[in-house]
Amino acid sequence: MEPEVVLQVKNLKTYFTTSKGTAKAVDGVDFTLHKGETLGIVGESGCGKSMTSLSLLRLIPSPPGKIVDGEILLNNKDIVTMKEDELRKVRGNQISMIFQEPMTSLNPIIPVGEQIAETVRLHQRLSRKAAWQKAVDLLELVGLPSPEKRAKQEPFQLSGGMRQRVMIAMALACTPEVLIADEPTTALDVTIQAQILELMKDLQKQIGMSIIFITHDLGVVSEVCDQVAVMYAGQVVEHRSARDLFNSPLHPYTQGLLASLPKIHENQEELQTIEGAVPSPYDYPAGCRFADRCQHARAICRAEAPVLEAVGGTESKVRCFMYTEKWETAAEEEEVLCP
Amino acid sequence: MFLFIVKRLVQIVPVILGVTLVVFLIMQMVPGDPAAILAGEGASQETIEQYREDLGLNRPVLQQYVSYVGNVFQGDLGNSLKNKQPVLDEIMLRLPITMELAFYSILITIVLGLGAGIISAVKPYSIRDVSVMVIALLGISLPSFWLGLLLMYVFSVKLHWLPVAGWDGPLNIILPAVTLGLGGAAIVARMTRSSMLDVIGQDYIRTARAKGLKEHFVIYKHALRNALIPVITVVGLQFGSLLGGTVLIESVFAINGLGRMIVDAIRTRDLPMVQGGVLVASLVFVFVNLLVDVLYRAVNKRIDLN
Repeated sequence: MEPEVVLQVKNLKTYFTTSKGTAKAVDGVDFTLHKGETLGIVGESGCGKSMTSLSLLRLIPSPPGKIVDGEILLNNKDIVTMKEDELRKVRGNQISMIFQEPMTSLNPIIPVGEQIAETVRLHQRLSRKAAWQKAVDLLELVGLPSPEKRAKQEPFQLSGGMRQRVMIAMALACTPEVLIADEPTTALDVTIQAQILELMKDLQKQIGMSIIFITHDLGVVSEVCDQVAVMYAGQVVEHRSARDLFNSPLHPYTQGLLASLPKIHENQEELQTIEGAVPSPYDYPAGCRFADRCQHARAICRAEAPVLEAVGGTESKVRCFMYTEKWETAAEEEEVLCP
Repeated sequence: MFLFIVKRLVQIVPVILGVTLVVFLIMQMVPGDPAAILAGEGASQETIEQYREDLGLNRPVLQQYVSYVGNVFQGDLGNSLKNKQPVLDEIMLRLPITMELAFYSILITIVLGLGAGIISAVKPYSIRDVSVMVIALLGISLPSFWLGLLLMYVFSVKLHWLPVAGWDGPLNIILPAVTLGLGGAAIVARMTRSSMLDVIGQDYIRTARAKGLKEHFVIYKHALRNALIPVITVVGLQFGSLLGGTVLIESVFAINGLGRMIVDAIRTRDLPMVQGGVLVASLVFVFVNLLVDVLYRAVNKRIDLN
């Protein structure tokens, strides 16, 4: 039986209106998150991953940002149209978030225990004392040594890894259904990174939550994710299981990304790159957004925008003409045009 | 913390030396002979000399200074040249008045400044924000003596709501305190606004919102306390210019405070009186600064005072 769907994002569009025009940071994103699953959202800087994750809790700085279209269904309730007070009950309670920068994401002048206890008091109506005890327990759960003492300390007295543990403790305080982790390990060094990932996997098993893991690190994805959504220029271009994605990437962009990884068993002089640059979010090309950097591009790619569709009756979805019937027709037409 | 306070108190000694030296030298350079002024117009040269002798003004400047400083450290600020009364007594009579004025002024500065700053920062670039900031700009630009006269004209002369001048009831405090406090309030408002805007853009405010906190909790618990750190410094500095402002405002509103005492003493070249007044004002400023530093540390434990 198919596990139940916790979160479904449909055609999400988040635009930023500035003096330079409209930046389409998130431009029609679709994905589905099942219970207990870890979904990785990957892509390079500026492709819209962080903006997607912030949109899920409507934390986009507004103005200039705005969710202009789409649905974010949490257990079939749409977050986009929710009222403020209803939304506040979702935030930190049903969906919580861990941010990229543990150094700046905690309030510098409030003891970390209080920052956790505050969330607990807010959503669970515990007394001050009980909430504090819960905060200490949570700190212990995330493996912070001497949690009683640490809870009373302020962020500047903690190391980066400890702060990220505090962030995780805070996010888990109300046992959320969905945890959004926006590059939670990027600012940490590699050993701490491994510890934090291990911790998140453990806690996921204990609590049974679903995780959306935002990262640009494919190594991390292969370690923790069940499903992967690859983003490019504000859209999802490939969405499938992590195993399939790493074994046989479909979208030329995903292929390029995987090819650019350094290979441990080969002697490489230079790393492979994807030629060209990401198009500006102010002015996306009319057709496929990757066409200008794609080796396979044909006339149809520049004329028409591909949609994200399932490939040949499988679960895998990709946004590319190569896997549609149009592709062969396009090839024949091209031969006619330039024999 | 204790060590820090002791250290700061010891630093008062060089402050006293510096302040007295500067005032002493300036008063020596100012034209006008105190002996001649005291002897009155048309007094004979002999009478003037007699005064000079009595006041010890014929001694070398350095000797005068050293003996003055020696007395200061024993708590003796000397006697007024004019009425021969101890300077300290006169100061003790007038200091509370000035302190009361300063207290209410700084209260207006803080309450009005913080309030306006927060209102502006919560909705930046809105009509509310722009109008508050335009008023604040006016508040900074208007000289306080002019503003004082204007307020006096409107509220006392035209509307008869408040007394024109003097210091004999709570109503008397309002106009001078408002006059003195407004300029500071404008500066504090601008500082609060920019500091709040800076803090509201920080990652930890996003974290606070992501927890599901209500917006006013986000603003008052998470943003304001962080934003106050630079504001406290500005308020401390404002207190300094406020003390300077009392000199003008006490004259405008005919209040017998320390500021007016100093002005009168300068006019009659009453050197010990000027010295004493300036010295006490400086000491008040030093203590306020100490208080600011201690407060600073209380708000932000990252600051290591030692």
